[in-house]
Amino acid sequence: MLSWKSLTNNKLIWPIVSLAILLVFNLFFTPHFFAIQIMDGHLFGNVIDIIKNAAPKAILAIGLTLVIATHGIDISVGSVVAISAGVVAMLIGGDLQGIPKHPIFISMVVAVLVCTLAGTWNGFLVSRIGMQPIIATLILFVAGRGIAMVTTNAMQVWLYAKPFALLGQGYFLGLPFSIYIVASLFILTYIVTRGTALGLFIEAVGLNPTASRFAGINAKNILLSVYAFSGFCAGLSGLIVCSTVMNADGNNAGLLFELDAILAVVLGGTSLNGGKFSLGGSIIGALIIQTLTTTIYAFGVPPEISQVVKAFVVYIICLLQSDQFRRKVAGAFGREVSV
Amino acid sequence: MKRSSINQRNLPIFVTLGLFVLMFALGSIAFPGFFAVQNFFNLFIDNAYLLIIGVGMTFVIISGGIDLSVGSVLALTTMVTSSLLEKSHMSPVLVIPLVLLMGIALGFFQGYLIQTFDLPPFIITLAGLYLARGLCYVVSVDTIPISNQFFNNVAHFQLNLPFLGQNFLSSNAVVAIIFVIVALFMAHNTKFGRTVYAIGGSEQSAILMGLPVRKTKIAIYAFSGFCSALAGIVFTLYTLSGYALNGSGMELDAIASVVIGGTLLTGGVGSILGTLLGVLVYGIIQVLIVFQGTLNSWWTRIVIGFLVFLFCLLQRFFDSRRGQRKKYFLAAKSATKT
Repeated sequence: MLSWKSLTNNKLIWPIVSLAILLVFNLFFTPHFFAIQIMDGHLFGNVIDIIKNAAPKAILAIGLTLVIATHGIDISVGSVVAISAGVVAMLIGGDLQGIPKHPIFISMVVAVLVCTLAGTWNGFLVSRIGMQPIIATLILFVAGRGIAMVTTNAMQVWLYAKPFALLGQGYFLGLPFSIYIVASLFILTYIVTRGTALGLFIEAVGLNPTASRFAGINAKNILLSVYAFSGFCAGLSGLIVCSTVMNADGNNAGLLFELDAILAVVLGGTSLNGGKFSLGGSIIGALIIQTLTTTIYAFGVPPEISQVVKAFVVYIICLLQSDQFRRKVAGAFGREVSV
Repeated sequence: MKRSSINQRNLPIFVTLGLFVLMFALGSIAFPGFFAVQNFFNLFIDNAYLLIIGVGMTFVIISGGIDLSVGSVLALTTMVTSSLLEKSHMSPVLVIPLVLLMGIALGFFQGYLIQTFDLPPFIITLAGLYLARGLCYVVSVDTIPISNQFFNNVAHFQLNLPFLGQNFLSSNAVVAIIFVIVALFMAHNTKFGRTVYAIGGSEQSAILMGLPVRKTKIAIYAFSGFCSALAGIVFTLYTLSGYALNGSGMELDAIASVVIGGTLLTGGVGSILGTLLGVLVYGIIQVLIVFQGTLNSWWTRIVIGFLVFLFCLLQRFFDSRRGQRKKYFLAAKSATKT
């Protein structure tokens, strides 16, 4: 039987509780929040929308989880999303009849490859040159949006090739297609990191790179590959973003995504100090952020103001993670807190 | 030994200075009309706000932290200033101290969280970025143009320097230049400045030396908030309006300028003078791309990204050399012991 203690010790419990509180809140205060309709064999409703809209950020969060587990950070993902959208849009071309310039599948593969290369560049700077992760990825953060604008000649490219829309707008067996992409990426990543020792290696590098090197782990290559993987995820996310609006806008595609994705990972219980990570937590984190956004919309609050709410969510979560804060609170209540 | 270490510390600044001179020379050769005193002054006029933000950021980075909220606080200042002036018809004499206080308060709040609860500056100031940007929209979603007479007069003020004819500096450039001089004094001749360097070098040692680390760390972020607010006022003078999307991405422009100016992101090493040169290099890249004409303005970002990369490489190079010296030193020490 599950005891209370094993339940509260489970890392996933707090993200799940937060999500549940949000959902219960909506159950009472947002009419028709859980209503799901079936139209043309597709499911429609707020809940489906949340999952669908969370998909691009959930994918980024999966990649970032591994990066953050190595005590790193990748702030370039938003710009890489813009690069991915730009490359795929230029390869498919804005033909009004919807005839693609290059085969759609090949265009997608090339876009993701370019982004993986961008991630590898970040990984190279971090693992081989020894730059701080924030700075190494800052370079691509600044330059990336420029590169995206230059690939599309600083214009917005509108796409009309129907099959490409499947990725972001299509349905499969009644559910949005993007859900399947997130699910398969999650399962694959889970198997690769948890089914093998790779996950442990990543955590070891995050906790103590020197010790992990003495333990025989090739820390440099692990760092290189997590950043490359983060670039790959950003590429995939960019395809979905581009396909959802059938447009590549170097200025706005993936804007501030890095912040949401980092927030999702932190909400999911992965510490920014590296070490233990939770892929499932990050997915739940992405869902929490999207549910929060949808809830704020449902209340008729201008979407821009949702940023204020987000800021306070970050403050609260940071305080809860801080030892000093817990000690102070414990001191105020005059008892010991076991963490 | 001592001489070489001084040279090494100043070398990045000389590299930046060399880069600036080279770019100015190249521009002067390639484009007619580029070589002009006014063109040089324009660098200060067009980048005054970046210069002020960069100064605040330099202190933060030297102390080993980072402040991502600067661009949003700048935007919030432009919004609050223009809203108070135009909608509440308050006097500028009241508005200016009020928004400066607001900047200090926001910075103090972030510094307090970072210092008291030992939270990562990156995340706390990231939340500050969201907070200030969101508050902008609470003030107004639309652009607020400023018709206030005082602000218009100040914005159109031109300072003619002696012997330089028609060339002029605008009021925001004058503010920025005075501010840089004050900051130079603060960094090198005050207790606050030296404590900032000490914290960046080693926080633990600074505490053991009995320096007021706690107060100083909070003060650094409050100062950066003040800089953002001052830059916001300068930006309001520059555009004579308030808009919620002002200064998005400016935090990274500021960090890039600071890095190009030779400040180490690991803390402890850096200078205000370097940041001044970094901002000038940033400005001249933009001017060169405008003069060149065929490249679109997005190339600025790519070139800046590339320069940040080069300077980080340079820093790594110096770092590893310093590391090696330390290793020799330790080896020599252990050899004398045994």
